[in-house]
Amino acid sequence: MGDAMPYPNDATLIDALRGGDEDAFSTLISTYHAPLVRTAALYVNSPTVAEEVVQDTWIAVLKGLERFEGRSLLKTWLFSIAINRAKTTAQREGRYDVLAEPEDTDEIPAVASDRFRPTGQVLQGHWVSQPQDWDAIPEERLLSLEIHAVIHETIERLPFHQRAVILLRDIEGISAEEVRDLLDVTDGNQRVLLHRARARVRQALETYFEEAH
Amino acid sequence: MNEQDDMTCQEFVEMITDYLEGALSATERARFEDHLADCDGCELYMKHMRTTIRLTGKLSVAAVPIEGKDKLLNVYRTWKNGAK
Repeated sequence: MGDAMPYPNDATLIDALRGGDEDAFSTLISTYHAPLVRTAALYVNSPTVAEEVVQDTWIAVLKGLERFEGRSLLKTWLFSIAINRAKTTAQREGRYDVLAEPEDTDEIPAVASDRFRPTGQVLQGHWVSQPQDWDAIPEERLLSLEIHAVIHETIERLPFHQRAVILLRDIEGISAEEVRDLLDVTDGNQRVLLHRARARVRQALETYFEEAH
Repeated sequence: MNEQDDMTCQEFVEMITDYLEGALSATERARFEDHLADCDGCELYMKHMRTTIRLTGKLSVAAVPIEGKDKLLNVYRTWKNGAK
């Protein structure tokens, strides 16, 4: 997404914004408004409130623009402002899942244990039967609205921290280090949360392809 | 291959994110890659994971209308005039 910006780097864009270039601000909003609303929506109870949080975020961005020193990417800075504001709202809304420590205690395996040969058997821990070959699925099917919906609904049902990590990493394209800082989790936590979230989405896709046969 | 060092598929699927994230030690990475090279099932699983990541990335294109863009541009104009 942000890669399509017509400004070669953050410094050029920030100079244009500080200089009052309306196209620059318009580009910034077009590029980041939707990602920021999706992110704020993780924390708050309604799309309307998420939208309000991001409207406030843009105003805060303008207020902070002169002071922005470029120690983080502009993109990360925008997300951090939106997340801080969304968290404040979440506190008011009593969203305890959002404010709690990461839910890394569930030990659900990435793949159900009955897919592997049981202990004591020859080849224990190896596949009972191989996973499907997804290369055999036509690309247009993979990109269908149905698949889009399967992924979306699976992510919506994830516990908060898993949902936040997969959104920021795999949908918004933010780096592991930046997501760690934005969500205030450890490197290890970040990876475990991403692992669980991706495994759930893969499982949902596998189930969908099996049932649709 | 030494039975003790041989990774199971069940271990493989739990290590895949650490592998993709570059978080494995050199030894673990070598074990992981040896297993991947020898195991058709895990090669297919690796494809699942790469496809899952790619398709999840497609959710970023979901169009969200920007409410009040004109209002925001007005805020920018006001800011600009105030700042200069």
